[in-house]
Amino acid sequence: MGKTIAEKILSNKSGVDAKANDIVVADLDFVMGQDGTSPLAIQAFREMGARRVFDPSRVAMVIDHSAPSPLLGVSELHKQMRDFADEQGICFYDIGDGVCHQLVPEQGHVVPGDLVIGADSHTCTYGAINVFSTGVGSTDLAAGIISGKMWFKVPETIKFVLNGRLPAGVYSKDLILFLIGDVTADGATYMAAEFVGPAIQDLSVEARFTISNMAIEMGAKCGLMEADEKTIAWVKQHSSRPFTPVSADPDAVYAQVKEYDVSNLEPQVASPHTVDNVSPVSAVAGTPVQQGVLGTCTNGRLEDLRIAAGILKGRKIAKGTRLVVAPASRSIYLQAIREGLMEIFVEAGAAVVTPGCGPCVGTHNGVPSDGENVISTANRNFKGRMGNNKAFIYLASPATVAASMLTGRITDPREFIN
Amino acid sequence: MNLKGKAHKFGDDVNTDYIISGRYKFKTLDMKELAKHVMEDLDPEFYSKVTPGDMIVAGRNFGCGSSREQAPLAIINANISAVVAKSFARIFYRNCINTGLPLVECDTDQIDEGDELDLDLQKGILRNVTKGIDIPITPLPKVMLKILSDGGLVEHFKKYGTFNFD
Repeated sequence: MGKTIAEKILSNKSGVDAKANDIVVADLDFVMGQDGTSPLAIQAFREMGARRVFDPSRVAMVIDHSAPSPLLGVSELHKQMRDFADEQGICFYDIGDGVCHQLVPEQGHVVPGDLVIGADSHTCTYGAINVFSTGVGSTDLAAGIISGKMWFKVPETIKFVLNGRLPAGVYSKDLILFLIGDVTADGATYMAAEFVGPAIQDLSVEARFTISNMAIEMGAKCGLMEADEKTIAWVKQHSSRPFTPVSADPDAVYAQVKEYDVSNLEPQVASPHTVDNVSPVSAVAGTPVQQGVLGTCTNGRLEDLRIAAGILKGRKIAKGTRLVVAPASRSIYLQAIREGLMEIFVEAGAAVVTPGCGPCVGTHNGVPSDGENVISTANRNFKGRMGNNKAFIYLASPATVAASMLTGRITDPREFIN
Repeated sequence: MNLKGKAHKFGDDVNTDYIISGRYKFKTLDMKELAKHVMEDLDPEFYSKVTPGDMIVAGRNFGCGSSREQAPLAIINANISAVVAKSFARIFYRNCINTGLPLVECDTDQIDEGDELDLDLQKGILRNVTKGIDIPITPLPKVMLKILSDGGLVEHFKKYGTFNFD
């Protein structure tokens, strides 16, 4: 019987002929932690009696959740990470380098067919380049950096077949929001998701990352795509590691297959306070917004910044609104400066902040006040997510966020796109 | 080992931001301090209501959202003995096993706020003492029972230096 991508990668890495629901111990290609999870992992590493990580070139720590540190307590935790990175000689990314899920693929650490864990729930992002990558907690991270191994329950897979082509003004963010709304926040719990079909092939690799990034918001363990020519070109541009892409067998067994035609999809918005509370933008258009966020591991890539800048160019954000822009990495930031995108944002009235996660996760860089509405390109709108449990978060594409900033109300971006 | 306590009931999709908000968890590794804020955005009085041994009882998808291990650690440090839910988000599930917080999947519609519960993990029985009924629970796979019975993944690694399920 055939195998899914998840079954194949876990079989390859465990040396066992693994099928869904088996439990395997498998070799890891890369292990990552960020500043919200690494300090606890370092503590566990010491308690476990370990001296050295299994392979310093295959371990990264990233300071992105509170970068630069807004508080003394955080500064102490960052220092623990810097000291640990020095001691162990691991890959280390400090403030301003970027968001972990942009850096790991951008810096060439992962390639198709890899098995990766990260102590951050959005580690599923690298599924877009055919990597079985999944989020774990700090103790798993400690066990992973010590042993280079992890135990996994081989997940069943839910396959999303996406036909047609996204219309103008509708993006991969709209597509993944629509799918999460359809299957709900736990529609893929304990499962892997595979995203296939012409609508996926049509997307750039950057746009695909947005989809895999949000697989966790339907409960999925990973959000896998096959490696096509675009993937292979992108990976070769970023990494010198050799790789062998992994495809699903034609007779692979799926827990569920869901098929959609995306040709008539509208821009989508997730309303407070759950990511699966999704509707077409028309259903919430006109809702006043006081703050916008453009960035995050979901939508802080160059293509996202270009789309938003295309709408903001030569215009000003509405009176009574404020827009926080956080590029996903230093290299994206630099390229955006060179292309003149930063000039467009600053002239439009935006506040550009250090590449990082702050505005999304409520650590700093734009905590909303009571009763305010925020429209954000992030991946979570939980109550309290941005640091205030009396604020309301709407999730949308970079285009919808940019358009909404111009009017001060949730706005269909197609009004600004010819 | 039997765990006994009363039920504190919550709904579906309780995410890790509700269990312990990001506005606290990035600041400190002091779990006793974090525990004071556990479930605060859903019930500001929660921490003061708990008697040691009490259980959190919830609906579907408990612990969805971020991978923060501070979520189970804050629950443990708030003196909760176990979490009982219809289903769990997978990272939270792993984190509970790894930190030694027992968790049980069952039909929680048979439990109301304040019901007295008696959990025997070895035998796999959850008794609702108030209602006088036994509720069937999904047994934990061997690998997870092994880590839990070692006292969590840190203790497992202290003992074996790597994963050992033989």
